[in-house]
Amino acid sequence: MARHCTVKIFVLLSLFNLSFLVSTNNIEDKAGQFFNSGHTNNWAVLVCTSRFWFNYRHVANTLSVYRSVKRLGIPDSRIVLMLADDMACNHRNPKPATVFSHKNMELNVYGDDVEVDYRGYEVTVENFLRVLTGRLPASTPRSKRLLSDDRSNILIYLTGHGGNGFLKFQDSEEISNVELADAFEQMWQKRRYNELLFIIDTCQGASMYERFYSPNLMALASSQVGEDSLSHQPDLAIGVHLMDRYTFYLLEFLEDIHPSSTTNMNQLFKVCPKSQCVSTPGHRTDLFLRDPGRVLITDFFGSVRKVEITMETINLSSPMEPLPERILSEDRQRETQYYVDQLPVSVIIHQVNTHTHTHTHTHTHTHTHTHTHTHTHTHTCTHTPLPPMFWNMFIL
Amino acid sequence: MVGVPLWWRTTETYRAWLPVNQINELAELQVCLCYRSMAHWTRYVHPVLGYQAGCHLRILNEILARDHSGDDTLSVLHVEADLSLHTLSASPCGSVVVYVIPETSVLLPQGVDVYIGHRRTAVLRMGAPMSVGKNHKQLLAHLEPRITQVVQVMSFSHTDITAALSDRVRLSPGSKESLADSMRSFKSSPGYEITFSLLNPDPKSHRLDWDIEGAVHSYIQPLLTKLAPLANFSIDSQILYYAMLGVNPRFDSSLEAYTLNADSLAHVINPVEARLGSNAASSNPVLNFLLYVPDAHHSPLYIHDHQKQPVASNAFHSPRWGGIMVYNVNDLYGRGETPLPVNININMEKVMGVFLAQLRLMLGVQSSPAPPGFLVEPCGGAGLADWELDRLMWSRTVENVATATTTITSLAQLLDQIGNIVINDNIASQVSSTVTSLQLAVAELEAGNLGFALQYSKEAILASERAFFDPSLLHLLYFPDDQKFAIYIPLFLPMCVPILLSLIKIASEARQRRKLKQSKKD
Repeated sequence: MARHCTVKIFVLLSLFNLSFLVSTNNIEDKAGQFFNSGHTNNWAVLVCTSRFWFNYRHVANTLSVYRSVKRLGIPDSRIVLMLADDMACNHRNPKPATVFSHKNMELNVYGDDVEVDYRGYEVTVENFLRVLTGRLPASTPRSKRLLSDDRSNILIYLTGHGGNGFLKFQDSEEISNVELADAFEQMWQKRRYNELLFIIDTCQGASMYERFYSPNLMALASSQVGEDSLSHQPDLAIGVHLMDRYTFYLLEFLEDIHPSSTTNMNQLFKVCPKSQCVSTPGHRTDLFLRDPGRVLITDFFGSVRKVEITMETINLSSPMEPLPERILSEDRQRETQYYVDQLPVSVIIHQVNTHTHTHTHTHTHTHTHTHTHTHTHTHTCTHTPLPPMFWNMFIL
Repeated sequence: MVGVPLWWRTTETYRAWLPVNQINELAELQVCLCYRSMAHWTRYVHPVLGYQAGCHLRILNEILARDHSGDDTLSVLHVEADLSLHTLSASPCGSVVVYVIPETSVLLPQGVDVYIGHRRTAVLRMGAPMSVGKNHKQLLAHLEPRITQVVQVMSFSHTDITAALSDRVRLSPGSKESLADSMRSFKSSPGYEITFSLLNPDPKSHRLDWDIEGAVHSYIQPLLTKLAPLANFSIDSQILYYAMLGVNPRFDSSLEAYTLNADSLAHVINPVEARLGSNAASSNPVLNFLLYVPDAHHSPLYIHDHQKQPVASNAFHSPRWGGIMVYNVNDLYGRGETPLPVNININMEKVMGVFLAQLRLMLGVQSSPAPPGFLVEPCGGAGLADWELDRLMWSRTVENVATATTTITSLAQLLDQIGNIVINDNIASQVSSTVTSLQLAVAELEAGNLGFALQYSKEAILASERAFFDPSLLHLLYFPDDQKFAIYIPLFLPMCVPILLSLIKIASEARQRRKLKQSKKD
């Protein structure tokens, strides 16, 4: 079991004694908005875990949250969107390239600037955990990584089919609440988040946050253990339900939020009461260090930047030096290679070497990078038959 | 009987050996930071002591002894002294040299007690004049608090070290400034990417030309070369057309200009950020510096601070992201009919002055105000003074050591608790090399060799990150014990039933035989 309650305190003594100041809230009360939240950037990880056409509503859920988060300011480079199936181009979609979230096809949440980072079969428990913990192979591009640091607030939204203590991925594997709690603990150990908001819209969703034990986590779920989350918005033309209730009312709530609004988390907890949702939404804030009443919605859903005016400048009195001669002259040495300089076609086809020639190619690369590289390749073709031909074909 | 050990062996996970004891020792690490400082007494402070050897002292004494009748030479005397001093002695990284001059000397301007130059030297003016009878030790004891203060400004103070550890040990912040400083500067990373972007929302009116390569080479490159021991830097530049700010500036008729007030600045960055690219190949943090030339209809554009005063630099920055500067060009073309588009050559000195200041802030070169009575030489074209570099190196080394220590101890804890993770040999070797590098770094810090300590701490942090984030360390197989029983019982229980029954039979037969034997004996 992963529950461990030892906190290792690292004592580093310098020549001077460290004195621990006890004042906690005073500083933050006096300071402005800059210091209230302690985060400098926002990330969002939005995951839809179900396949098949009849789970259209889960994809619509995720895409609607994606739209809201983008509208409130988080850019695509900081959103990891994982959709387990492609509803927009599904052959059962009567309106291809669209995913609607309101009945009567009022709102198309797919549009033309959706950046899906993990699609289809790439959405697995393993990839999800790899994204969270950062243990991705070195070849993973930047857009598929969660490059958060210790001052990032992360929003994690999961939707799909779930049960008591697990969430189903791709209809074939599950992630359990213990694994999720362990993943968050590893994120905390590596300080990959400042604060984390976890929202889950599945049946029995509250069981997924029962096992969390890392600090600074806040969790919301659409239903308690033993309850089912219900769907909403049945559309007769498309033939499936378009949204889930909890997410639908969550999005109605988010429509009123704009980047500079001051609504706090306590209002988010009141979204979708039992009368509207039929299930009882739950939340968990005991691991969260700040008071939820002082946490802004835009701390997680939006990306409000902290800004400081630049007061100082440096007086640069020396005039600009010209670029050193070395760099300039290398530029001029660049040769242009022509297609006709290759071996004649007959030689290539018949693989008969008529004469020996030496190719000397000088490639110079000048980047605006701080280093300049000079590569010089010299190849000699002799009378040996096959390999040199291939070398020549590869050079040019 | 054969099957049980075979089954045990084939189902166990390969775990290479890790130096757990050493890792546990690291958790209770105590690091001693030592700096080297030398105090030199010049003549006139103490007649006896001032005659010590050293050509730098001789030069300083000469300057002091010169006839200072002309007033115009006084103001630059300390600069000249500083220059001549450090051409002679190259003090090693991490050390501080303090020259003590007499109270009445005119080397320093009036009201200034301490002068800190570009390199690692400081000139300290003696306090109240001392009677001749005092010896070396007493003089030193008298001056020690002031020398300590000088060294704290030039090397590190305990607030700096606390700030460097702020993510490991979340202490309550001592002040607003230290919290802002720790949030603003980037965490220690092996590399950074710097991107300079020119935003031209109105290409029909302005044809902009900026010599970014030359400017980077002249102004930014010296700073980055100096920072080379800390991290690798890669620089890109780009020009974006039709990139608007997301905020509408307000027209201020009193100034006849458009203004952006401080509250709306926070919303400027997000719409622009979507259009800035980034290098897909690396995961290094990116610093963005944007130069925005307002379109002809919204020129000139000034930034106002919270007190509604125009900002001199016309620029703002966002912590851990970068900076934006607004460059007004409307005064470069007259009010008459100039043919559009107007060719504009951007004055890179002014622009780079602002970007350099922002870059310094982003990288953690603190610009906390000096204590009263201190005169700190501004860094000028070099971008960074040697003692500022030392400050950065101290805090980075401590940060690296702390981060590597926590990484490796939490990794050991994790691997200890979850028995199902496979530990490959390469991870074990990374962990061992981290432990060695950490021990070496701590030893070098105690000895006061800052350069070596930084190098070892960088190696330690690289190895620890590689070990922690190795893709093979994924614990997917959460097997609670009840599930293990649930898997094995249906397999083994039917097999076990006849085995158990036959064992019972054998045991009862053996007992019967023993009874027979006993009854036979009787």
